Formats: sequence, C-alpha cells, structure tokens
Amino acid sequence: MAFEGVPGLVETRLEHGETTLVVEAARLVDACVHLRDEEGFNFLADLTPTDYLGWGRHGVAGYIGTAGGRDLNQPGSQGYAKRPDPKPKRFSVNYHLLELSATPRRVRVQVWVDDGEPVPSVITVWPTADWHEREAWDMMGIPIEGHPNLRRILMDDDWEGHPLRKDYPIGGEPVRFSEER
Amino acid sequence: MSVVERRGAIYSGTRIPSPIPTVLQADPNEVPVEDLMRINFGPNHPSTHGVLRLIVDLNGEQVVGISAVIGYLHTGFEKSMESKTWWKAITYAPRIDYLSFQSNELVFVLATEKLLELEIPRKATWMRTCLAELNRIHSHLVWLGTGALELGAISLFWYAFRERDLVLDLFEMVTGYRMHTRYFQVGGLAEDIPPGFYAEAWKFVERMPKAVDEYEAVLTDNTIWRERTEGIGLLSADDAVALGQSGPMLRASGIDWDLRRNEPYLAYDQIDFEVPVYPGGDVFARYKVHMDEMRESTRIVAQCLERLEGMQGEPWIADDRKVVLPPREELHTSMESLIHHFKIVTEGFRVPEGEVYQAIESPRGESGCYLVSDGGPRPWRVKFRAPSFAALEATATCMRGAAVADMIAIAASLDPVMGDVDR
Repeated sequence: MAFEGVPGLVETRLEHGETTLVVEAARLVDACVHLRDEEGFNFLADLTPTDYLGWGRHGVAGYIGTAGGRDLNQPGSQGYAKRPDPKPKRFSVNYHLLELSATPRRVRVQVWVDDGEPVPSVITVWPTADWHEREAWDMMGIPIEGHPNLRRILMDDDWEGHPLRKDYPIGGEPVRFSEER
Repeated sequence: MSVVERRGAIYSGTRIPSPIPTVLQADPNEVPVEDLMRINFGPNHPSTHGVLRLIVDLNGEQVVGISAVIGYLHTGFEKSMESKTWWKAITYAPRIDYLSFQSNELVFVLATEKLLELEIPRKATWMRTCLAELNRIHSHLVWLGTGALELGAISLFWYAFRERDLVLDLFEMVTGYRMHTRYFQVGGLAEDIPPGFYAEAWKFVERMPKAVDEYEAVLTDNTIWRERTEGIGLLSADDAVALGQSGPMLRASGIDWDLRRNEPYLAYDQIDFEVPVYPGGDVFARYKVHMDEMRESTRIVAQCLERLEGMQGEPWIADDRKVVLPPREELHTSMESLIHHFKIVTEGFRVPEGEVYQAIESPRGESGCYLVSDGGPRPWRVKFRAPSFAALEATATCMRGAAVADMIAIAASLDPVMGDVDR
C-alpha cells in the first residue's frame, strides 16, 4: 500500500473507491504533516465529526428480528436488513484531503475518540481547518486541542449542548425569550 | 491622514493572519489603540449578501483588524435530514445554497447513488449536466447583478436579472418550480423532460452569449469598475490553497483547477469546454472568471441539448424497484408495484451501510457531501462541505489593509451565500 509510511496508522480501508486511513488521535498532526509534505495532499476539503451513539441499536427487520426487532408503532423506524458493524468509539472525526494537482487523489483520514477526548488541531498544517474545527466543537462537542480561537461558530456563544449529537433531540432546544413573566 | 494605498499586484508567499488564520488583529505597535475605531457591519446590512457580520477595526479608512461572525442563518439542515428518509431528505438539500439549488440536490443524490452503487440511465446523466450548467449561469447572474449593484452599477442588476428570469422559466417548465426544484431523484430524474423544453432552451442558448457581451460592454472597460476592482482583495495562489478556497476563487488566483475536468463526474468527460484561469488574484480576476464561465456553461448546455434530443423516448430513471418509485400507471394493475410504492413512500428505501464523500464543482466551488448510512431507511449523518463557508475564511486575508469602501467589493467577490455558510 502507498500509505504505509503514515505515522500512527492503525488501519487502511478501501470502500466505494475511497481510501480511509484510520490514525491514532495522538499522532494526528504527524500523520497530516506527512500526508501534506510527502504525499502531496495540500488541500483540506472538509473536516467533520460523526456521532455513533446508538449505532446499530435498532432491531433487525423481517422475520429474523423479534425481540427488539420491528416496532409496528413507529412507522419509518423498521430495522436493518443486517446489523451494522460496531464502531470502536463514540465519535469519528473525518478529514477529507485532496491532492490539488494534475493527478488528483483523495483520502479520508479518520480518528476515533470518546466523549471529552481531545483531538489535536491541524490549523498549523492547513489554515482552513480553523472554522471547520470550530464547527466540530460547536456542533458535536469535540474538544480541539491547540486551537487558538475555539469558540462556537454557528450557535450563540452562550448556547448549551451540541446540536448534532445523537442525544440532542430535535425540538428539544430551549425556546428563547419565552419564560413566563 | 494619509491616503490609503489600496491597489496592488498579486503577492507571493502568505498574508494569512497568525495565530488565528481567519481573524486579523490590529498591531498595537503600528497603530495606537486609541486611534482605532471598531465598526460593526451587519448582520443586517444591505451590502453583506444576507446576514454576514463583520467586526472591523478601522484606522481612518483602512482596515487593520477584521473578524467575520457567522451563524445567523443556521437552520440545522443536517440534523433535520438525519430524521428524514433518504428520498425525503433530498427536498432539504436545494434549500441550503439557495442560489445553486440544483448543485446541492445533485451532490446529495450522487452521494446516495454512490452508496447504493446504482447505475443511472444516460438521459438522466445528460439532463443533470444540462440543468447543473443552467444553474451555474443562474447563480453567476445573481452574483454579477448584486455585486455590480453594490458598487453602484444599478443598470447591470436589471440586465442580469432579465436573463436570470429566462433560466428560471426553463426550470419552471421542466420541474414545475422556479427555485428549489427537487427534480433529481435517486436513480435519475423525477419526471421525463417535457415537450417544448428543447426549443425554449435553444432560444436561451442563442441569446446568452450576446447577453454576456452586453454585460462586459457595460463593465469590462468601464473606468469606475476597473478602479474599484483591479488590485483589490488580493489572494495569492498559495494562500488560496491553504485557506481551502475553491471554484472561481482558485481560478482567479491563477490555479488551473476545476473538478468538472480534473475529477469528471456526470457527462463532463464527454464534453468540450475550457476552464478560465486568471492570475490576477483580485476582484477583477474573479469577475472575469465568472463572465467566462457563463460563456462556457452556455456551450456545455448546447452540447447537452444536442445529445438529449437524440434520446427521446429513453428511460429517465433507473429500473430498480427497491429504490425507485414504480411508474404510476402500474399501480392500477400490478400488486407488486403497489407494494413497492407503499414501502418506499412509508418506510423509504434502505441504503447499504457505509460512508462516502462526493464532491462536485458547484458555481461557488467544491461542494461536497459526506454521508454515513447504518443500513437503515434514514441517513445516519449528512454533512455538506459548503464552498461559501470556506470562501468566508479568506475575508481576513483579502481585506487586510483595504479601504472600507472596498470591503464591500471584496465581500461580494467572495460570493458567499449565507444559507450555504450557516446551513
């Protein structure tokens, strides 16, 4: 494989024609510097976390799913055709890199963290990570270590909670200026 | 007070502020703090293209400190889409970037099809290409009209919106809606192309190049326009890449990059078109890129129409009954079709477990969609890589040292759509 030299590499996956490199969170910056300088991935297209809380907890559909399977009272919540593979930790943080050259390549760098575990900032590698990392903190509550300006970006500064987490309900946000007088 | 030296040539190296790349902080050693005036632009200001807020430190007329504040149009699209079935979520996508609605729709549908590994009929591919390019023209026209309006060229606003209306008429004819069309379906198109579309589209293709000539006649050699755009809002090639700029921003900084040509999707590998590149890195270069792209898009639309006219009677959507709604007439005669229809409408179709990132060249640059599926009928995670979001990260670099009046021109040239920025 081409990416054997990436520091902290845990696993390489190839799915749907896309390469995913899972790296250790602690060595993320080393891995990113390597990918930028040695492999030529000079462009950070996107940075986004995903919350896997409750992943695979729906029942399995059809005749094989009985206990915890199909819930007829909740339309649209029918189970899976098969149970999805378990994930190592609650959050994945995905860095979509692009080699902006005549021979473009893309790669996804992925780190796994639990709630509250910090992820090092990659601002020094790609300055564009600034707002993306603030969004990751704001929306998912991923603490970015070493970010010089880690404030909320889309929500208000005094907002409570991180809206894109799976335990943040739709319609559960506080309604402002509605308290009884 | 000294006159601000504001015009310049593109620089090499970097002007990105440090340590925070998106916040320019006034240097107290250069300008005493008591000489500075902190001004708040927006979020409700006619020249900020929606609800962008800029907090600016001014030394006289000169911008010495700036930070952009966003989030006033955050609507939680991604969260909402997670709670809808895959095919209902398509409706949300066009509303994110309300000027390039079909690009958003397209990127979401393409990403879903990548997860499903679904083949779509060639007629749908060509029609998607055709509409995506018409949408690019529409978006650039709004950019041109409003951008020129903010610099005082009011007449151009009416010219640009005249042609924009023609594009919207075409969308209405095909989809029934002028904006937020939701015409792309997983597997192809929602409906067949209506009769009469080709004739109207050809009329538009004939008219558009002349219209672009008209806009250029008003602006390109206009002294005021040149004075207000040349050497303003500089961004070097290195900085553009480091700040994640894409689309016209990159091409106006001299980087020859276009996803349609470098990573072809849809039918772009079979189409003959040029990628305009200008090395100026200023507002004028961005203007020229937009103008040339409108001409190229018209050429692409013409090539699509030629191919589409030879495909009449072909299917417009894939024949995969687990994903695609069955034809309406079959519901009256076939029990199987009725069941499939019922299942897809009530439960939605299932998408195999996995994660994908799909990128396309939207009018504003790289529009990406990251999807995670757990194998169920609803997306587990939807993330849009918004080109406007990245473009606004360049405000501090582009507006560094600019005169306050030029901020307006620079903000317009970044082409932010706040719906796209805040999602």
